[in-house]
Amino acid sequence: MIYHWDWSVPISAPYLGWLMSGLAWTLLVAGAAWVIAFVLGAAIGILRTLPHRGARMIGAVYVTVFRSVPLLLQLFLWYFVVPELLPASVAHWIKRDLPLPEYWTSVIGLGLFTAARIAEQFRAGIQAVGRGQSMAAAASGLTLLQSYRYVLLPVAARYVLPPLTSEFLNVVKNSSLALTIGLLELTGQSRQIEGVTFHGIEAFTAATLIYVALTLTAIAAMRAIERVVAIPGLMARV
Amino acid sequence: MTIPLRLDSRKAARSEPDLVQRPVAIAIDHVSKKYGDLDVLKDCSMTVRRAEVVVVCGPSGSGKSTLLKCVNGLEGFQAGAITVAGTSVGDRRTDLTKLRSQIGMVFQHFELYPHLTVLQNITLAPIRVLGRAKSEAIDKAMSLLRRVGLADKAGCYPGQLSGGQQQRAAIARALAMDPIAMLFDEPTSALDPETISEVLDVMTELARDGMTMMVVTHEMGFARHVADRVVFMDGGCILEEAPAEAFFAQPSTERARSFLSKILRQQ
Repeated sequence: MIYHWDWSVPISAPYLGWLMSGLAWTLLVAGAAWVIAFVLGAAIGILRTLPHRGARMIGAVYVTVFRSVPLLLQLFLWYFVVPELLPASVAHWIKRDLPLPEYWTSVIGLGLFTAARIAEQFRAGIQAVGRGQSMAAAASGLTLLQSYRYVLLPVAARYVLPPLTSEFLNVVKNSSLALTIGLLELTGQSRQIEGVTFHGIEAFTAATLIYVALTLTAIAAMRAIERVVAIPGLMARV
Repeated sequence: MTIPLRLDSRKAARSEPDLVQRPVAIAIDHVSKKYGDLDVLKDCSMTVRRAEVVVVCGPSGSGKSTLLKCVNGLEGFQAGAITVAGTSVGDRRTDLTKLRSQIGMVFQHFELYPHLTVLQNITLAPIRVLGRAKSEAIDKAMSLLRRVGLADKAGCYPGQLSGGQQQRAAIARALAMDPIAMLFDEPTSALDPETISEVLDVMTELARDGMTMMVVTHEMGFARHVADRVVFMDGGCILEEAPAEAFFAQPSTERARSFLSKILRQQ
């Protein structure tokens, strides 16, 4: 069997438009999931470092639950199972009236899953700042809130930047799982092109290149941030 | 055995009876602390009077740093009582944050905030805790930096300073809160021998100015020439509490005698 290469497929109408639409959805899913993951992850990570035992417990339970179940299964659970468990009126609204249910399910599923991972990174970052620093802050009369606000978090955030970069790339790539619940993001669109044109190699190559371009841009941006916030004398400028 | 006389004695100017009448600044009364089954502090009692310098010494693991951290509530304790200027540290109703803001503390590893300049390190608590105006806090910080010889380092980050400079900046940071007492937790243990003296000089100066100080240290020269009294700890117990001259001339326990002979041989 002879494969007829046609590299014009991914850059010709309407397929280029499909890919661009897929890219837009990838960015929309990843971006919104990132906001949830970052805010919730930071909060849970902070909870895990507090002196209060109950707060640490809540954080630990969250991380354990969301880290232990495969992301794909979590998406299925949010999409197929959770609506059935909710009160009838809410379930009805989700099934009938919620606009873009695949989109919001993907965002929530991916966001909550990634939050567990980011929480662990924040916990590690805060702990890396050290007990000595929190003692110094407490000894000077700062309240717990103030020592997090002015001492622990500003330093921890810098420690957390490199692993956060990886996590951000993961969110972008993991958003491809949204195709399993019917969202035509970048990977989904490239499959669609394959289905219509039988030029799967070209379509998947194009998707690959777009993902690589996305991640390289993200890496460069995060590196730039790392450079800007590096602490003189403490962290080598990268 | 001889002790190098690198520090001037400040004690000539002051007579002992005068000291006894001063009010008690820090009272540690039968304090015990356990980590699980391990006794870290056993029935410790000591006092620091106002404008007095008390050195707490003893071997590693003797509980001296833990006792010091109990004074401002960084460590809890299960039995006994500690009062600082009349306020009970262990009491649940005590506003620990407020009490801590009145007690300066200097750490072995400096613990300057690495992301803030020296000046910002010093002004953070006065502005955020005491609510001082920024300009006022900066003026005060600059005068303290001049006092510890670091006026030209105000804009530096801690990572750009030597250990001795960092520790002097940390002392300035503690002094910026106008503390009623200062706690020192092995302030020179992380320093190289050459820079130890620059920190001890600042501490000696402070003592001369009448600061109340509780100092955990292995610097026996400082203890002998600057401290009013020396407390010796071992195994979580206070074995000895004596005027510095008496402690060095004639330690009353065998444990203190062997500790002193070992530590002084090295110095």
